[in-house]
Amino acid sequence: MDKTWNNKAWFLVLPVLVLVAFTAVIPLMTVVNYSVQDTFGNNVFFWAGTEWFEELLSSSRFWEAMVRNLLFSFIILAIEVPLGIFIALNMPKKGWGVPVCLVLMSLPLLIPWNVVGTIWQVFGRSDIGLMGYYLNAIGIDYNYVQDPFDAWVTIVIMDVWHWTSLVVLLCYAGLVSIPDAFYQAAKIDGASRWAVFRFIQLPKMQRVLLIAVLLRFMDSFMIYTEPFVVTGGGPGNSTTFLSIDLVKTALGQFDLGPAAAMSLVYFLIILLLSWVFYTVMTNYDAER
Amino acid sequence: MARIDVNHVRHSYLPHPQKDDDFALREVHHAFEDGGAYALLGPSGCGKTTLLNIISGLLHPSHGQLLFNGKDVTNLSTQERNIAQVFQFPVIYDTMTVYDNLAFPLRNRGVPEADVDRRVRETLEMIDLASWAKKKARGLTADQKQKISLGRGLVRSDVNAILFDEPLTVIDPHMKWVLRSQLKQLHRRFGYTMVYVTHDQTEALTFADQVVVMYDGGIVQIGTPAELFERPRHTFVGYFIGSPGMNVVPVAIEGRTATLGSQRIELPGVPKAGIGAVELGIRPEYVRLGRDGMAVSITKVEDVGRHKVVRAKLEGREIAAVIGEDETVPAEPKVRFDPAGINIYADSWRVEMGA
Repeated sequence: MDKTWNNKAWFLVLPVLVLVAFTAVIPLMTVVNYSVQDTFGNNVFFWAGTEWFEELLSSSRFWEAMVRNLLFSFIILAIEVPLGIFIALNMPKKGWGVPVCLVLMSLPLLIPWNVVGTIWQVFGRSDIGLMGYYLNAIGIDYNYVQDPFDAWVTIVIMDVWHWTSLVVLLCYAGLVSIPDAFYQAAKIDGASRWAVFRFIQLPKMQRVLLIAVLLRFMDSFMIYTEPFVVTGGGPGNSTTFLSIDLVKTALGQFDLGPAAAMSLVYFLIILLLSWVFYTVMTNYDAER
Repeated sequence: MARIDVNHVRHSYLPHPQKDDDFALREVHHAFEDGGAYALLGPSGCGKTTLLNIISGLLHPSHGQLLFNGKDVTNLSTQERNIAQVFQFPVIYDTMTVYDNLAFPLRNRGVPEADVDRRVRETLEMIDLASWAKKKARGLTADQKQKISLGRGLVRSDVNAILFDEPLTVIDPHMKWVLRSQLKQLHRRFGYTMVYVTHDQTEALTFADQVVVMYDGGIVQIGTPAELFERPRHTFVGYFIGSPGMNVVPVAIEGRTATLGSQRIELPGVPKAGIGAVELGIRPEYVRLGRDGMAVSITKVEDVGRHKVVRAKLEGREIAAVIGEDETVPAEPKVRFDPAGINIYADSWRVEMGA
């Protein structure tokens, strides 16, 4: 078969290419440019080679932030996924309870992230916060401003409060797509509640759960706004995640070179994760 | 296997049913004999699936009682009734192999693994899927999946009955025929009590020894396929069974003669009683088209392959007649009604005819 080559078609994709160039490629190249140079201000740049990258990869500060970030992602996944499944299983399937539950579940997702941070920042304060004050009143020594453990508990609870709904809604969508006949057949086959979950509900939720896990992992890996508002990365560096560290370096200390190198490494990690995400999804679809 | 008695069962999906219209199942009183093959036939919404779900225990009837072999099971759960049911859409456990799918109902009941293995292998032979045992169930075709649904019922040797809820709806036409004859074979070999819900008359008539025709929440006739065809008890059965359905025309009766407009029709007997609206029913197969009889005007001739369906007007009434593939419609067409095929209905119910 003869293919018709028509180079005019390039004009049709040109607007998109220009747009992407201005929003993504050119800024990225600027970052690449910064990452291999050093500057002392006044727009004077010196060639630095791979210095910033070497410094970054051998700095304990970077790796600590990385470990904190992975630990955070792991903890919230370990809580949000089982909790989300549990709530979705117990949500009503019909009647007036459905819209009520759905609206309640959507509320945290509709609140702007910095507002979520502010809510919990106030909520947890031991002097005026509803939670902080009463925790202290019943004798629990809670102060997220001074105690790293309390700070972690606060941002983990905040993230669970904010994002479990997403897992719930995705799982719920998977659950309601199961025809009644499956439950009826399970009754006839004498299946226990656990067997119904294991062999009917879980397989049907598998796909949405995969999406939920990957979305939550990537989101929590890039988390910035909420912990920044609540703890500002402290006390000390105890809640300083990669993105917070990056902003501190770039805008706080104005170390453009190291920050650019860090951005690129961070970018590559996200790119790698996206690739894993994509591969897993397409493999999963191919297997179906 | 069991004899199933449905004792004056009524069911409503409303919490406080008042009038007859509130009931999806107005009243059913019928015995399904042990080892019988029954079809529940009727249009959508006539209550046949409701009745089936009441038998299997997925629904609890608002009124009435259900007996298995004389034992009251009305308040027993589906599991305790030990029933197998095959649904409209194949239900399979995606993540399991074919083998595990069949073993599932046995393992849930704590059957020893050796017995499970023996039963599953037997069942796999019965439903012709032995070579698929190790395959994941999700990759199968619709008819294979439906066979697995069936197999999960067959695998329990002690089931009281096997219920089918329009099981062939999603199956390709050529496989429908194959599956239906396999079902019949299984029935003959093992003598299961089978109840088969369908709205497809061909399926009902070929599968069942006894067809239970349901209409508007009640049973209108129970009979063999031949009885339903020759002697429909209700005009609905006449319409619903047969293709095209029975011709029903309003008539006036006087002794052995029915009058339709200016035409007089000889009856095979004298109808007993004739109160209310009287109608004459005759199947298109008994309407003879020829050169003598009552004059009709032909509106359409449909060639359906094996025969032709002639649509005509008789005294302003639409009637249909079936003629042979090679027969032609005469120039001045007239029809005669074969007395053997004439039934008389009063208020839609058939009346007996005396000599």
